[in-house]
Amino acid sequence: MREITFVEALTEAHHEEMERDERVIVMGEDVELAYVFGVTKGLAEKFGRDRVRDTPISELGIVGAGVGAAMAGYRPIVEIMFMDFIMLAMDPLINQAAKLRYMLGGQLSVPLVVRTPGGGGVQYGPTHSQCLEAWFMQIPGIKVAAPSDPADAKGLMCSAIRDDNPVLVVEHKMLYKMKGPVPEGEHVTPFGQAAVKREGGDITLIGVGYQVHNCLAAADELGKEGISAEVVDPRTLAPLDTGTLAESVRKTNRCIIVEEGHLRSGVGSEISAAVQEEAFDYLDAPIGRVAALDAPIPFEPRLEDFVLPNTANVVDAAKKALGVTV
Amino acid sequence: MATRAKKRRSAKPKRLTKKDLNAMYRNMLRIRRFEEKTDEFFMAGRVKGAVHVSIGQEACSVGVCTALNDEDAILTTHRGHGHSIAKGTRMPEMMAELLGKSTGLCKARGGSMHIADISKGHYGAHSIVGANMPMATGMGLAYQLEGSGRVAVVFFGDGASNQGSFHESMNLCAIWKLPVIFFCENNHYAVSYHVERSTSVKDISVRAQGYNAPGVTVDGMDVVAVYEATAEAVRRAREGGGPSLIEAKTYRFFGHSRGDPQFGPYRTKEEVDEWRKRDPLTIAADMLKLTEAQKKAHLKAVDKELNGAIDFAEGSPEATLESALEDVYA
Ligand SMILES: Cc1ncc(C[n+]2csc(CCOP(=O)(O)OP(=O)(O)O)c2C)c(N)n1
Ligand SMILES: [Mg+2]
Repeated sequence: MREITFVEALTEAHHEEMERDERVIVMGEDVELAYVFGVTKGLAEKFGRDRVRDTPISELGIVGAGVGAAMAGYRPIVEIMFMDFIMLAMDPLINQAAKLRYMLGGQLSVPLVVRTPGGGGVQYGPTHSQCLEAWFMQIPGIKVAAPSDPADAKGLMCSAIRDDNPVLVVEHKMLYKMKGPVPEGEHVTPFGQAAVKREGGDITLIGVGYQVHNCLAAADELGKEGISAEVVDPRTLAPLDTGTLAESVRKTNRCIIVEEGHLRSGVGSEISAAVQEEAFDYLDAPIGRVAALDAPIPFEPRLEDFVLPNTANVVDAAKKALGVTV
Repeated sequence: MATRAKKRRSAKPKRLTKKDLNAMYRNMLRIRRFEEKTDEFFMAGRVKGAVHVSIGQEACSVGVCTALNDEDAILTTHRGHGHSIAKGTRMPEMMAELLGKSTGLCKARGGSMHIADISKGHYGAHSIVGANMPMATGMGLAYQLEGSGRVAVVFFGDGASNQGSFHESMNLCAIWKLPVIFFCENNHYAVSYHVERSTSVKDISVRAQGYNAPGVTVDGMDVVAVYEATAEAVRRAREGGGPSLIEAKTYRFFGHSRGDPQFGPYRTKEEVDEWRKRDPLTIAADMLKLTEAQKKAHLKAVDKELNGAIDFAEGSPEATLESALEDVYA
């Protein structure tokens, strides 16, 4: 299969969906030239500046306008340049988009996509490095996707655009340049279906977004010591496919959850609760969680590495669960 | 679509006939009576939650909506019953919503502060102050893209004009020339906070200058003045001229909400009485030279409709508990 980057996969999803449905429009800061991370490349030339438009730096205004355009029958995709800036648009996203359908008695729906790069590893410091997925997966009425490779990036983005609900797509910055196989032509990945990224029998490593790669690297390390780790990626956090996660744990009897958000009330807290509810009798060790330490993400590379989760953290957590001395 | 837009382009705002004015008076009375009933039901504990009646501000609702077509959109606020009725919202279903019935417009999930009737171009009351302006911007964007000639009107208060969302939305609408009308009902208070204390300018309409858009201040107690200003803004919007800001100076005769008294710590009885002399219904009735008998006939017809709405609402089943879990996702 041909290999393309995560960014190229997202760009392709945009091109195909905009071709398929003329109600799909794109807005955001510097999207016409795709000037920051490149996802919207070529869209303005191909579809015109009516459908693909630069906006002023007005996150509240543009996400709110996305909600309004969706209420009027369009399918807007709003790019927020860094996930951290979504704080300025929490009202339209959480108070409006997520609730309007419900609050108005089902009279309309809000088919809005907000996509945004999250995560650290690029030394941008505390206000440009956060993974805030946990905040959003808690809210009824909104869906949250966090693809970990190019194929899922394309498939989940296409699903998000076709979904009649508001969807937040979190794209980890470290993934943008990563290459991987992506099927040619239509490729739509349904929401609410976790994927087993590597099979194994001794322990389940559940990874979120970019952290799937720390899990895969940890599985390599563990493999050298004869430990077979299974790596599972939930792919969407809302809806969350607890069934597939629990099924893996029933097989391996051990579970580590790895995310890049903070430990306290994180994605891992929710997954851990769900897994123990569905697979309590099968667990041979407490569920382990690996996450960013509970501090803002510092800029200096050594400090940043220290706060963010890494492969060694995952290996250590896995060995602890297996009762192997580290 | 394109031809439709063209056809509209030549449409001048129509001059009001006596028949139109009569209908406008009737609509204002429908709002007045609905609000009086709502207040009564609230005081009796039958309408729960938060209720903000718009008594005193009827000319704004009716003046604006008379200048709109059915397909045009409005977005309103926590104080939105008047706008809803003026836009043609079905009154029985609206009353059912206030009483929390299953037949309510929002299936008893929205209540007074979230009335919407999409079938009538009413895209919702939005109770987060200022939240409706970005949404109106997006609706205007959609109307511009589809070339339908529709316009979106967003109602908001003097208090809301100090939200960032107002300023971001005005700028977006101005740079993209979107068919959006910002209609500010300056009733002089945000809860207890007087506009002179909250707001840097005397006339909120001057803020339009900062966005290179027209801004006018009108007498919000005069339904014809409101209509004319809106009709001009609508004409401009349909012709691709972009957004307008209209400020209507008005007054709420009742308290801010719930049991907030009509006057109290933040305003005097004299002030309220002074404004009551400029009751928009009286002004319109005088303009029409309505006789007592004619006024009575209006009242009778309005109360008949209102009682029908109440009967419908009261006779409707309660919302089921299961329905509280529906419509979360499409
Ligand atoms: C974001 C937000 N802040 C505060 C409130 C509480 N609140 C409800 S109405 C109101 C006053 C609004 O004043 P104004 O915009 O002038 O409208 P009016 O009530 O006079 O119609 C306030 C502060 C709210 N609903 N939303
Ligand atoms: Mg006010």
